[in-house]
Amino acid sequence: MEKTIAHLKRGEIAIIKSFSETDVPLKLLEMGCLPGNLVTMMQSAPFQDPIYLNINGTHLAIRRETARKINVDPYV
Amino acid sequence: MSRSINVALIGNPNTGKTSLFNRLTGLNQKVGNYPGITVEKKEGLCKLDRGLKAHILDLPGTYSLNTSSLDESVVVETLLNKNSKDFPDVAVVISDIENLKRNLLLFTQIKDLEIPAILVINMADRMQRKAITLDIELMEKELNTRVVLVSARKNQGINALKEAISQYKTLKTEPCVNSSVIDPEYFSRLSKVYPNQQLYKLWLVITQDVNFGKVDRGRDYEKLKSSNFSVKSEEDLKKLQHKETVVRYQFINGLLKKVLHVDTVHAKDLRSKLDRILLHKVWGYLIFFFVLLLIFQAIYDWSEYPMDWIDQAFASLSQITAESLPDGPFTSLIAEGIIPGLGGIVIFIPQIAFLFLFIALLEESGYMSRVVFLMDHIMKKFGLSGKSVVPLISGTACAIPAVMATRNIEDWKERLITILVVPFTTCSARLPVYLIIIALVIPDQDIWWFFDLKALTLMLLYLLGFAAAIVSAWVLNKILPIKRKSFFVMEMPAYKLPMFKNVLITVIEKTKSFVLGAGKIIMAISIVLWILASYGVGDKFNNAESIVKEQYAGQDVEDKIIEQKIASHKLEHSFIGYIGKAIEPAVRPLGYDWKIGIAIVSSFAAREVFVGTLATIYSVENIKDEDKMNETIKNRMRAEVNPILGGPLFTFASGISLILFYAFAMQCMSTLAIVKRETNSWKWPAIQFTAMTIIAYFAALGAFQILK
Repeated sequence: MEKTIAHLKRGEIAIIKSFSETDVPLKLLEMGCLPGNLVTMMQSAPFQDPIYLNINGTHLAIRRETARKINVDPYV
Repeated sequence: MSRSINVALIGNPNTGKTSLFNRLTGLNQKVGNYPGITVEKKEGLCKLDRGLKAHILDLPGTYSLNTSSLDESVVVETLLNKNSKDFPDVAVVISDIENLKRNLLLFTQIKDLEIPAILVINMADRMQRKAITLDIELMEKELNTRVVLVSARKNQGINALKEAISQYKTLKTEPCVNSSVIDPEYFSRLSKVYPNQQLYKLWLVITQDVNFGKVDRGRDYEKLKSSNFSVKSEEDLKKLQHKETVVRYQFINGLLKKVLHVDTVHAKDLRSKLDRILLHKVWGYLIFFFVLLLIFQAIYDWSEYPMDWIDQAFASLSQITAESLPDGPFTSLIAEGIIPGLGGIVIFIPQIAFLFLFIALLEESGYMSRVVFLMDHIMKKFGLSGKSVVPLISGTACAIPAVMATRNIEDWKERLITILVVPFTTCSARLPVYLIIIALVIPDQDIWWFFDLKALTLMLLYLLGFAAAIVSAWVLNKILPIKRKSFFVMEMPAYKLPMFKNVLITVIEKTKSFVLGAGKIIMAISIVLWILASYGVGDKFNNAESIVKEQYAGQDVEDKIIEQKIASHKLEHSFIGYIGKAIEPAVRPLGYDWKIGIAIVSSFAAREVFVGTLATIYSVENIKDEDKMNETIKNRMRAEVNPILGGPLFTFASGISLILFYAFAMQCMSTLAIVKRETNSWKWPAIQFTAMTIIAYFAALGAFQILK
């Protein structure tokens, strides 16, 4: 199974690789969520949803269902 | 003679745009609406050098020119329409040093429209703390523009910005990203069909409809649409928009690699420390609960003193007017109609100001986004979004801005449900009704050491409003046949100490527009009510004096009481009396008399009319009695007698019944109008009105029948 943003643990960093669905909202891209950019999992809300990310220097919150559509590569 | 230029202030949300606008214009600003739509339009004047004046337009915050909401489309409209009087001579694009990368996306789009643009980098005072260095000179060269570092918070760099604005003619207008690379063939075809049009502008016009398409964009746009040029499918256009975003970020990344350096080792961060506490699974909710409690305490307890003064002041003003002006219908209109009606609205000011103060503080500090984050999961279960929390909280001030605040909810179903349930939250127009009835029927008593029973009742009523909203959201989520996409993106801004000046200006502006807006309706209704209450037809009205005197003939009754009886008799047989009697059968099971019936009916225009209506009716009734003239409305209500049961009219049962009616009923024409506008159909406001009124009637009926 492909690793997605939803799999990241708190503090984990990864590189955004691709979207598993074409219908990813443009707003997400505009906020800097683009292939090649770094993503850090800051923390999850209580009940594990939504999640709080730092993508490319922008801090944003998205729901887990969206996070599951964003594939990542490990960052070394 | 002074010359004036148009300056448009544009930027991402949370970049300090409002602070900069306040710095540039001071209190020299006005807030209105864009014609035909409900987006707030903020304008102001700023004096520049050499007699030059800048007319500054503060456009709504947006992340890009690819619009997905009404607010954002206003920005695009303004930038595309060269013939508009608002078309900017220069665009000031504001960015924030910590989010420069994302902020530059919007800047490159504006630059590509070939509008002279200045890049302002705000919060420059944070550069040292964040260990950021920036090569401004190189940046200006690469972006072909002027770059100005400011700190709106510390008032630094504002003069340099004014200087740059006044030299707007020297700004270069070459675009910085060539967007046609995303599909060269398509763009070259486009330029052949429209040789005189700017390519990027055409592209924006073509793609606006992909994500959003409700606003009229003028004749040029219609021509473009009807020419059938847009042969690409929506799907393809969306893909191209994605591609365009990628191309822009490539350019920006390349640029920032050259000019921006961050020494992460030396960067200090307040954000993560605060987030750890404020987003904690226990502390987070507890803190939020106490913030809410504090707000309600302020509204009830702290604003009581100024409200008492206002109440007294209007009562004596009424009396002075009645005494000093010559007798006649004009004087009574002023003393019995206009002044009590006006008092009914002015008395809100302390509470509304407190509410707007707290909401402004929560927004400014960055805490509101944390609340959204904490609540999203719970709200989602009820078919709402975490972002519905903001409308639900601002709904405690007024449902109108709250309905407008739903615009940033991405999912249509979540947004629609939020719009439909927001009017259940206890808006400030319900407050005077609650306050006066709580004062009448809830005993004075302290619970714990701090909160009194009345404040606690009020808090319960707020919770009741939220509960009604949440439960109906859950029901709507089950029955509405709309598919949910469940999409949610929110920026988590940095924490900031709220700026006193920003908060103050917000509070003044919002309170002013609320009072003026509601004030007009209340004045009109007060005058109409006074006329209906002071005139009537038939013998019973015209011969009131002789009828009453005949009744009491031979009895030993004071003149004063006789006069009062005459006034009551007249009121009962005036126009309003007949209307009231006609509806009395419908409201009697709820525990009300015909006077309250009238107040309820007139409240369907706006709830805040309730107190004003009773004030008008009672003062018409009591005008002859000079001792009673300066009594407050509260005391007059206390003196009312139940016509059937005897005893006081306002008992615990009828009071609770009245409170529940106001808690659930949809009594606000302005909200219905806004809902119609935001949902684009009469269907939703009609459903909302009917359902809420039915719930209100039966809740009130049940309460009175059980408690009496």
